[in-house]
Amino acid sequence: MKNFLALLKSQPAMLVGFVLLAALVAIAVFAPWLGTVDPTALSPVNRTKPPGAQFWFGTDLLGRDVYSRVVYGARVSLIVGFSVAVLSTLIGVVIGLAAGFVRWVDAVVMRIMDGFMSIPTILLAIALIAVASASMKNVIIAITVAEVPRVVRLVRGLVLTLREQPYVEAALAAGAGKLRIVARHIFPNTIAALTVQATYICGVAILAEASLSFIGAGVPPSVPSWGNIMAEGRALWQIRPYLIAFPAVFLSVTILAINMLGDGLRDAVDPRMAKRAD
Amino acid sequence: MLAYTCRRLLMTLPVMLFVAIFVFGLLDLAPGDPAALLAGEDATPQDIARIRATLGLDQPFLSRFGHWIWNVLHGDLGQSLYTGMPVSDMILQRIAPTFTLMVMTLLISVALAIPMGTLAAWRHNRWQDRGIMVFAVFIFSVPSFVVGYLLAWAFGLQLRWFPVQGYVPFSGGLLASLHTLVLPALALGSVYVALITRITRATLLETLTQDYIRTARAKGVDNRTLLFRHALKNAAVPIVTVVGIGVALLISGTVVTETVFSIPGLGRLVVDAILRRDYPIIQGAVLLFSFLYVIVNLVVDLLYRAFDPRVKY
Repeated sequence: MKNFLALLKSQPAMLVGFVLLAALVAIAVFAPWLGTVDPTALSPVNRTKPPGAQFWFGTDLLGRDVYSRVVYGARVSLIVGFSVAVLSTLIGVVIGLAAGFVRWVDAVVMRIMDGFMSIPTILLAIALIAVASASMKNVIIAITVAEVPRVVRLVRGLVLTLREQPYVEAALAAGAGKLRIVARHIFPNTIAALTVQATYICGVAILAEASLSFIGAGVPPSVPSWGNIMAEGRALWQIRPYLIAFPAVFLSVTILAINMLGDGLRDAVDPRMAKRAD
Repeated sequence: MLAYTCRRLLMTLPVMLFVAIFVFGLLDLAPGDPAALLAGEDATPQDIARIRATLGLDQPFLSRFGHWIWNVLHGDLGQSLYTGMPVSDMILQRIAPTFTLMVMTLLISVALAIPMGTLAAWRHNRWQDRGIMVFAVFIFSVPSFVVGYLLAWAFGLQLRWFPVQGYVPFSGGLLASLHTLVLPALALGSVYVALITRITRATLLETLTQDYIRTARAKGVDNRTLLFRHALKNAAVPIVTVVGIGVALLISGTVVTETVFSIPGLGRLVVDAILRRDYPIIQGAVLLFSFLYVIVNLVVDLLYRAFDPRVKY
């Protein structure tokens, strides 16, 4: 924790990303107390009101308060982002460690992963959601399935280098079992890279959810998410640009914050990468 | 080189087979009975059974899969559940705008990103460099459909330089057609521009520390020749790699960008198919796009050799 604070201090961009993300989490958690009304409450009298004192971000085609919808929409984005990051990392680590250590698993698993990776994320998610149904749970599952191969590749790559290290050889010579070596010597050395990867996956997942909801294959319209708020604003955006602008700004700032955090973590974990990407 | 090309081609087969099994299994799992859908509302059970037999739906999984693969290899992707038209015909009708958009995106992105990356490397740590890097981080994070709306609002609605939405087919004039695709290509290319700018700059900076660059400098080669004649050549390989990886982003982005700009391409076809639960269309599109992605990456691998004779297989 102390290290993390020191890291934030040394990297201003990362600090900005962290603060923005913390603010968004606060917005999502405290949504009901931020001057919002029911984000699904229809009010035909107040249709497409421009932003003003009563409706801070205006109202949409059905008279719903866009401010409340955008604030509640933060919940969907963050839940999807964090869930996909955690799930795909956990699943990817298990498969990746197995693939890196057991030869026959490697051959089979990596071909399957190559297959999954040859289907672009959004299309894979569209295909899965078309068969299941549009719900937040299915969106999380679909994006996780698309992201797991990336984690597997990363972990497997790391394992293949780590298992050649002298200290692993020493542990083997000392009679340590395979499981013990993986748990004590290999896995701990993958955590840093995994943290960076998980941060980026969180951003990718938020973008994927917004894209899916925007084209109508994501979170159902009954739950406000930035993607489907924009989808509903599509018909009117030329005369009411705010219908698209507010969710768009929130979405972009969120992804920007996560990427800034990720870049900072990456630079801290691997100074060589920092020099190259900088 | 030929041996490598053959080996690399063979390696794509298991991947393509996996995609085919996935895509086929998908339709198999899809809710609803295609035979009943095709038969219409007032079909008798006998009608449905007949259609099921004609379509081979009463066969076991492997037999149906074999049959389906055979048809796919002959260009038959089945029928749309919604229009009843062959899926391959519907895809062919929509392929031109999508393909033109993708090629244009690639060209525009490379044309913007390489000069920006080079400028950033040339002016390393000066304000030009910092400005370009901040811009790259920024457009990398802003989703392409947000960039799309921003561009459509600024250059379409306000300045009126480009159409806000819509698409003119080639038959309406090549220039007019390309004109409608400028904003979509810029929007779709935003992530690409960010990636290629960063990789160009990083590669150039790394190359500039090489011994042969120091030698060239010592014999009096000026900075500009150094950068363009000696260093930029080395950027080709990483740039081509990024282009290959980025095709996946490009494909995913097309689906969304076509929705923003109302372009009647493959992306729109997929989006409409989701809303209508027209599985054969989704199946065909996923298959086609994945095939495209695999082929592009194959070409990228082979291009390494062309750009960098040092690469050995």
